[in-house]
Amino acid sequence: MFKAFSQVVSKELKGAFRRQSDILNPIWFFIIVVTLFPLGIGTDPALLKRIAPGIIWVAALLAALLSFERLFKDDFIDGSLEQLMLTRYPLPWLVSAKVFAHWLLTGLPVLLVSPLLATFLALDVETYWALFLTLLIGTPILSLLGAIGVALTVGLRKGGILLSLIMLPLSIPILIFSTMAIDAAAYGQSYSGLLALLGAMLVASITLSPFAIAASLRVSVS
Amino acid sequence: MLHCEKLTCVREDRILFKDLSFTVNPGEIVQVEGPNGVGKTSLFRLLVGLSSPYSGQVLWNGNLTSDDRESFYQELLYLGHKSGVKPELTALENLQFFQQVHPSHRNADLWQVLAKVGLAGYEDITASQLSAGQLRRVALARLWLNDCPLWILDEPFTAIDKSGVAVLEELFIKHAQNGGIVVLTTHQDLNIDSNLLAKITLTKTADDLYV
Repeated sequence: MFKAFSQVVSKELKGAFRRQSDILNPIWFFIIVVTLFPLGIGTDPALLKRIAPGIIWVAALLAALLSFERLFKDDFIDGSLEQLMLTRYPLPWLVSAKVFAHWLLTGLPVLLVSPLLATFLALDVETYWALFLTLLIGTPILSLLGAIGVALTVGLRKGGILLSLIMLPLSIPILIFSTMAIDAAAYGQSYSGLLALLGAMLVASITLSPFAIAASLRVSVS
Repeated sequence: MLHCEKLTCVREDRILFKDLSFTVNPGEIVQVEGPNGVGKTSLFRLLVGLSSPYSGQVLWNGNLTSDDRESFYQELLYLGHKSGVKPELTALENLQFFQQVHPSHRNADLWQVLAKVGLAGYEDITASQLSAGQLRRVALARLWLNDCPLWILDEPFTAIDKSGVAVLEELFIKHAQNGGIVVLTTHQDLNIDSNLLAKITLTKTADDLYV
């Protein structure tokens, strides 16, 4: 069972490293969007510091959206999705492995480049730490929620717009709580309650969304 | 034993087939025939549970397949139109993944299996660089890598050359003689003894059969 999980993850990673543009594009997009803001609105540190959390979070959200397309689409086209559904392992379990691999390829790089971007946007260490924690908890939720949307739209020819219509409203709560936590940190207040809320959302989406993804995939493939 | 009970398949509000019942016993090879668009692939997708029938049910060894998917899939090998081969992985890596996820012949030598399907020397080439026939061969290599009793193969001979077809026919006969079941579609005439081979012929229903 755990072997199947790790096999799916390693297959995903192997495939992704053979087509590096797929991993690099969302990350480039993320970096470029964030760096464009200081150019567009001026380099006043106070202003940048004020809007930095929102910019980074919205950019991370859009970058995630950009990367979702290939989560199930390629597998759907070449038939590996069908084969994945016909194994002896429960589909929600295998699907979680795919989502985990997706997070490793998109969420983790965002976390890794975030210190650089925080410096661009004149964030202090305290605020950056809050940003990092919200991204750490928030990006897996984005991957899980996005996967439901992708699973619903994978059979459609032009599912991209529909995907963003499904996915963006669902991610608003994460955005709100994350930026609230970061704001609280910027004013030196405690934000552990907000982090706990985000953590609760993460736990709920880890336990429930694999089943939603599996059910949506069964509908899309039939 | 694979048993279908009054299967009805509806696609786009049109009835493809209605009240189809049949039983396949161990040791039988069943060829499903019929003109294009008559519902052969749809039938196979119903059999393996990728789509659900409009009415009717599929039973494997007396149990509803939809009730206990995991144990049914343990005994099923399905090859569809789409090969299920990842283009960015090599032939060997594709088979390795299959071997790990369907762990029946975990110790089988994959290099030998690839040689058997005529892909010796192509092990390290990514599947995207293989020809259509070779891709099909990678998918078919899985037949040597499992001991599932039930094989459901949708057009297994597509893009396969004559000698390859002969090898496959031999494999099907061997599988049936070992008590396995092969259900397949093909437009070719099979060179298989008629006491092993049964045929199901789907015919076009009248066009006014709407739901």
